[in-house]
Amino acid sequence: MKKIANKLYIALVFIFLYAPIFVLIANSFNESKSRTVWTGFTFDWYVKLFNNEVILKSLGNTLIIAAVAATISTILGTAAAIGIYNMKKITRSLVINITYIPIMNSEMVTGVSLMLLFVALHIDLGYLTLIIAHITFCVPYVILNVLPKLRQMNRNLYDAALDLGCNPWQAFRHVIIPEIMPGIVTGFLMSITYSIDDFVISYFTHGSTSQTLPITIYSMTRRKVSPEVNALSAIIFVVVLVVLLIMNFNDLRRTKPKKKKEAAR
Amino acid sequence: MDKNKIIELKNIEMEFDGERVLKGINLDIHDKEFVTLLGPSGCGKTTTLRIVGGFVTPDKGDVFFGGKRVNDVPPYKRPVNTVFQKYALFPHLNVYENVAFGLRLKKVSEPEIARRVGEMLELVDLKGYDKRGVNQLSGGQQQRIAIARALINNPKVLLLDEPLGALDLKLRKEMQIELKKIQQRMEITFIYVTHDQEEALTMSDTVVVMKDGTIQQIGTPQDIYNEPTNAFVADFIGESNILPGIMHRDRLVEFAGNNFECVDGGFDPMEPVDVVIRPEDIKLVPASDEVLNGVVENVQFKGVHYEIIVKAYSDTWVIHSTKAPEVGSVVGITLTPEDIHIMKKSDVKKVNYFKSDYDDAEGSDIEQQI
Repeated sequence: MKKIANKLYIALVFIFLYAPIFVLIANSFNESKSRTVWTGFTFDWYVKLFNNEVILKSLGNTLIIAAVAATISTILGTAAAIGIYNMKKITRSLVINITYIPIMNSEMVTGVSLMLLFVALHIDLGYLTLIIAHITFCVPYVILNVLPKLRQMNRNLYDAALDLGCNPWQAFRHVIIPEIMPGIVTGFLMSITYSIDDFVISYFTHGSTSQTLPITIYSMTRRKVSPEVNALSAIIFVVVLVVLLIMNFNDLRRTKPKKKKEAAR
Repeated sequence: MDKNKIIELKNIEMEFDGERVLKGINLDIHDKEFVTLLGPSGCGKTTTLRIVGGFVTPDKGDVFFGGKRVNDVPPYKRPVNTVFQKYALFPHLNVYENVAFGLRLKKVSEPEIARRVGEMLELVDLKGYDKRGVNQLSGGQQQRIAIARALINNPKVLLLDEPLGALDLKLRKEMQIELKKIQQRMEITFIYVTHDQEEALTMSDTVVVMKDGTIQQIGTPQDIYNEPTNAFVADFIGESNILPGIMHRDRLVEFAGNNFECVDGGFDPMEPVDVVIRPEDIKLVPASDEVLNGVVENVQFKGVHYEIIVKAYSDTWVIHSTKAPEVGSVVGITLTPEDIHIMKKSDVKKVNYFKSDYDDAEGSDIEQQI
């Protein structure tokens, strides 16, 4: 009895979580413009989507900004994590808490304050401001993914590298980087996803020519939700799902040999 | 033994977060010597090793390698290699690449690397393990790889930081013998850090006993065991009874309510002293008025001998004997003058009175972390 209740509960949770998305995906194949009537299966909306220049342009913007912001965030975040790791205890916990703020802070506040800052500094809103804004909220995610990897690392590994003839830079490249690579990769992928996904902060920091995809979708829905948006959302969902699966698979593969070792002990 | 000084430490002082961990270390290390730094945790032995390795720079004092001051020479330019606590093998590289690591950096040619890695793996008895991941190896095998990885660089000095700490007793004994063999075959200097006195006595040419950032005694294992300079050393190296006593005059000491003849002298008349007696030097005889009598409080079987706790006068004695008296019975204690070691009074508390031999805090900590 208890078992059945358990399963039922899980099923309900999943239905609530994923039903809306499946409705959306189903609708993206619906011939009718209406969301309530099913008139037949079609790929038309996908075709239209890929002929819509506004959407394609903003998709391009989104991808470029995500790539640049995630790359810079990964470099900055990794360097910051290593710095934090080597700090003294009190400074370290202080800096880690400061690092959390951009994540905890309301996006609205971050967005507005960034916009005010850019205006005050006379920086025209556009690609540059978007990239800077995205870096601000991506760096913490990289730090939070890299730090645990550093903590898991045997502290003596760096010393061992120096001992065997590495100068500090070689030790970093040949030993530290490979050790924390899983954290760096996860941080990078998370940055990409958050950057692609971000609406609120981008809304305040974008210029007229640098609309990102979420902003374009938002302005399209203000008139009427076009089925093209359904198609686009379906594509985004599938892409994110694939990235997630890759990330999890990667994690699984990394942890497996360690588990074996524990079992052997 | 060749007595060339290879490393000299002069007045080394070191402070971490306001705590003085080394208080003036002076130490000479000779070519082809097996030196062990021995002491309880927190005595500064690992810090001393790290100073030799170049991982930390001393606050005060100088380090000399072959007469040259090397305080500011980084680890990668020193002719030493280290076997770290918990091995510190590179998990992202396989066995071959771990061992080849140092040679790769020196741009040694590929066939030469293959030859020398092969030789090293043979030396540590792990031939054919080239392609294994280091995480697939047992603790003992990882240990050997760590040794091979260090030795392949032909260091003049090999530093070993509690290398056997995480191994079980049997493996530990095997590795002790093997390490000594490797040291003799390679003809290099080993500086070995441990808190295990038996390990130190088994392997070393020279033992350096440390406590609270100072060196207590430097000597051969025999010297350290037979002629400890103070009660701390006596107690740390093997078990000892340390009793308060008063030196009446040369060769006459009072303790446990009796006067005893002894072989030591050179103290002030009536100077308070520590009297150190090894448990195995004490002979139990039937109780009588001629000898010091005591009540047996506890008897434990230890394999080779019984450990007998006797309360005599106001002191508790630990006595090793092959015969077990009854608990509660009264026994007599006899000593020959040679068994009584008189030492200057020190504030040393007993450190390993009832320490179980291998089950120390540091070891179990390692297990948890893995």
